[in-house]
Amino acid sequence: MTVTDERPSDAIENEIGRDRRRKEDQRLITGRTRWTDNIVLPGMLHLAMVRSPFAHATITSVDTSAAKASTNVVDVFSGADFGEELGAIINAWPITPDQVTPAHSPMPSDRVAFAGEIVAVVVARSAAEARDAAELVEVEYDELPAALDLKKSAADEVLAHPDLGTNKSALWVFDSGEAGTGGNVEDAIAKARTDGIVIEREYRQQRLIPAFMEPRSVVVDPTGEQYTMWSATQIPHIVRFALAATTGVSESKIRVIAPDVGGGFGGKLQVTPEEWIAWAVGRRLGKPVKYTETRSESLMSAHHGRDQWQKLTLSAEKDGTVTGLKVELLADLGAYVAIVGGGVPVLGAFMFNAIYKFPAYHFAVQTVLTNKAWTDAYRGAGRPEATYAIERLMSELAAEVGVDPLEIREKNWIKHEEFPFTTVAGLEYDSGNYEAATAKAKEMFGYDELRAEQMARRASGDTVQLGIGISTFTEMCGLAPSRVLGQLDYGAGGWEHASVRMLATGKVEVVTGASAHGQGHETAFSQIVADRLGVAFEDVEILHGDTAISHKGLDTYGSRSLVVGGEALVKAADKVIEKAKPIAAHLLEASVDDLEFSGGRFSVRGTDAGMGIGEIATAVFAAHNLPDGVEPSIDSEATYDPVNFNYPHGTHLCAMEVDTETGAVKMRKYVCVDDIGNIVNPLIVSGQVHGGLVQGIAQALWEEAVYDDAGTLVSGSFVDYLLPTAADTISFDIEHTTTPSLTNTLGTKGVGEAGTIASTPAVVNAVVDAVRHLGVSDIQMPCTPERVWRAINGPGSGGSTTEAAMPHFDAEGGQA
Amino acid sequence: MIPAAFDYVAPTSVEDALAALAQYGDDAKIIAGGQSLLPVLRMRLNAPEWIIDLGRIESLRGIRDDGDAIVIGAMTPHAVVGSDPLVAEHAALIAKAVEHLADAQVRHRGTFGGALAHADPAGDLGAPALALGAEFVIAGSGGTRTVAADDFFVDLFETAIGEDEILTEVRIPKRTGWGATYEKFVRVAHQWPIVAVAATVRVDGGTIAEARIGLTNMGSTPLRARAVEDALVGQPATADGVRAAAEHATDGTNPPSDLNGDADYRRHLATVLTRRAVLAAAGA
Repeated sequence: MTVTDERPSDAIENEIGRDRRRKEDQRLITGRTRWTDNIVLPGMLHLAMVRSPFAHATITSVDTSAAKASTNVVDVFSGADFGEELGAIINAWPITPDQVTPAHSPMPSDRVAFAGEIVAVVVARSAAEARDAAELVEVEYDELPAALDLKKSAADEVLAHPDLGTNKSALWVFDSGEAGTGGNVEDAIAKARTDGIVIEREYRQQRLIPAFMEPRSVVVDPTGEQYTMWSATQIPHIVRFALAATTGVSESKIRVIAPDVGGGFGGKLQVTPEEWIAWAVGRRLGKPVKYTETRSESLMSAHHGRDQWQKLTLSAEKDGTVTGLKVELLADLGAYVAIVGGGVPVLGAFMFNAIYKFPAYHFAVQTVLTNKAWTDAYRGAGRPEATYAIERLMSELAAEVGVDPLEIREKNWIKHEEFPFTTVAGLEYDSGNYEAATAKAKEMFGYDELRAEQMARRASGDTVQLGIGISTFTEMCGLAPSRVLGQLDYGAGGWEHASVRMLATGKVEVVTGASAHGQGHETAFSQIVADRLGVAFEDVEILHGDTAISHKGLDTYGSRSLVVGGEALVKAADKVIEKAKPIAAHLLEASVDDLEFSGGRFSVRGTDAGMGIGEIATAVFAAHNLPDGVEPSIDSEATYDPVNFNYPHGTHLCAMEVDTETGAVKMRKYVCVDDIGNIVNPLIVSGQVHGGLVQGIAQALWEEAVYDDAGTLVSGSFVDYLLPTAADTISFDIEHTTTPSLTNTLGTKGVGEAGTIASTPAVVNAVVDAVRHLGVSDIQMPCTPERVWRAINGPGSGGSTTEAAMPHFDAEGGQA
Repeated sequence: MIPAAFDYVAPTSVEDALAALAQYGDDAKIIAGGQSLLPVLRMRLNAPEWIIDLGRIESLRGIRDDGDAIVIGAMTPHAVVGSDPLVAEHAALIAKAVEHLADAQVRHRGTFGGALAHADPAGDLGAPALALGAEFVIAGSGGTRTVAADDFFVDLFETAIGEDEILTEVRIPKRTGWGATYEKFVRVAHQWPIVAVAATVRVDGGTIAEARIGLTNMGSTPLRARAVEDALVGQPATADGVRAAAEHATDGTNPPSDLNGDADYRRHLATVLTRRAVLAAAGA
């Protein structure tokens, strides 16, 4: 048996703060790992789904006979072949007591409510044979009128679910006057109409598709004592709970494993029809089954994000001091209320006021059912929408007052000496320093020089104009204090669990309830534990994503893993030290009071005597010589419920060039200074910020899920759903200021969503700023060249995306 | 996604490929680099029973000097074309068009002849081939024939290649010393151009002596902008000299309307991009 010594002396420097390369990357990048689709079980069968081509239709018949006769087909099922064993797809967050929630069967037998909904499943011995047979399933439909346009659907012109009698699912309202957190917004607006400024705008948050790298995949093995499901999910613990709750299988008989998962961005924060169907088929046949979706299926049927109309009214005094903000949202739920569902815009409700001292605030969101793919969380979930609206509005206010947009922000933001600050939305911001982040960003950006260049280009009538966009964002992350979730009627808590196992060889196994899908938890959490216990980084193993190993957890989303899961980890590690202490004292024949712990070692004050934590672990394993009454274990666990959200913030500055002849936009410079508190691994943080920025920039410039008049997803492949690549982006200049969070031990804040939340308005503000002197005050997202050109050359914000996708793949073409 | 099952044959000579084509006829599709056919198969837009792969026919690869022309084998990958010194010297317009064609993966797998035979009007090679007056050498059971560029592109995804024929090589008349630019307008780098203009010009003493202009994605086939070419001759190679001629870029076009732009916007782009392309090609 080898015993690991305490951390070698050359590694005494802190792990926290180091640019550790991610220990998980080699296996993730090469794919030689346990992606769900890599899993092969003895006798495993393969599934293919038959999906509705219609947005809304009655299913009149499903003829599976030809498919059943196809080579190596084991069985074919439609919804009618299952009863309650199929379970149901749940909404965990009814945002109001009277929310209208359509029943959501994983495979409906009577009516489909969006194009892409599953109507039958083929089971075959190979994936190819399943696919071949799926083409042979004959489904007859009676098409029904489809509710597609969000505004028209809100008016109940056509019903997405005729039996419900309305498309309006829930109206959720927050009013600062009623809540006692501020004044009455109508009074503020009325006053501003007489002697101040009122800015009224309507912005569109287009529908986006999360577009994670690994398509969703699920394997179900019903052959053991427990049923096991492997799934490419962000939320194995929640999937387990929901399976138990809806399919009648005891929770103790269910094991859900999220093995390595290739990205999610919220898109895998879902309980899916595909998982539930695989579960039912596996149980029915008693054999392991696998389903892996195609990219086309993923784009049309995995949940989408955003999709709001935002009606906004901001009131201010003549000098630009804000006095009120009124937000009225329409939010498209799609065909069903997904697991978070209407909770997504509600998460944004607390963030429209952002870093500004609005004395009065009113927020209302009407969630609306339509016959399109369901919507749910997508990176930022509610907060990008809010940040976009307020950061656009503040720049509009600056233009109205006639001052620099940074000046109007500074006039209204919370000063650093005013923290902690209770906002008009009722949140307590613990810390922040907007002045410091902005000053640093301005300097890095060369703000004054770029403003001078902008003026020169305007003066000379250059065909290429320059615009500067600003986003001084904040967000709430670290979901979430359970008490707050309870007040909001969310169906679960927001705690996280961790345990630390000290192995006999001195190695450390850490189990977390967070469920990484690309974030780098294995590396960052190892750094935290290495520091806390004084062991080598390499000696820490992070286990996650398997409910049989990580028996408690609430998974990964909402920038929670470090600030909530990391804190649980710290508390569990600290308990290890506490449990080890009396054993160390016993072995060292010293008093507990004379021991100190540092660098992984207990030492007796004033002597050379000491003992490493690894040696104690070995001694505890042997248990030959322990103090009386002490259990032979120093393993520890902790469950941590956060006391507050935390509030990263930052100043993002973007320079965009606009070619006024073509409408083409080009990024010139992007600087961001984010304050995310103390940083565990700067390299991982840079990756999160870079990726986050690109995802937010992509909403501003490129991405849009477009449906045609029949409810077919036109942007149904990556030919038409435009994801940027490295060729489309520039090198970002990213920096940090550090105001440690006061609500967790490590002083950290979340960073997973920050870049996405901040960057979208910075980019659009820059594009609008470049052409504002040409009479433009809004350009609808994504700011396509055509929209920019039309906005320059006519009224309006460039119009909506219409028309079909262009064909590039000809069925008849040859020699290609 | 998984294509429907098919049988596969990979002949090593053009004769064998033609024989396979004759044998399997309508049930067969030819695969070159596969960059357009594979998506068709995987999305199950087509399910041929036979795939005839030209990838093992060595005679279809390579680029050679043939006196007053250079000859590009149909199976030569874009990346090879783009880095070839003969192409750079005598058909710079081709090199420019290939440089940003799709993405690096497609440029290494996709082939010069395959892209032209696919005849997507948004493809990057049709307009330069038209502008340069390329000749398409097509093999059939009765021997080979040569089709002029003007006659090659028939309609959307339709060329002069018969169902029992194979495109073997493309002859491109040398335009040594001509300036060339491929002005491509995209939202993201890897997408098909919304509009692109291929321009190559010979400038003599500051005046445009000859110009050849091709348009990408301005109709159901690549188009030659002859009105622009005619109007450019004798004009000074300056912005003002080129501006009026470039307005003719919309003559005879019938651009599509799709997600990336309406027809009227495309017409506007064509005039702006033509002016820029000509000026850049003229070194102005």
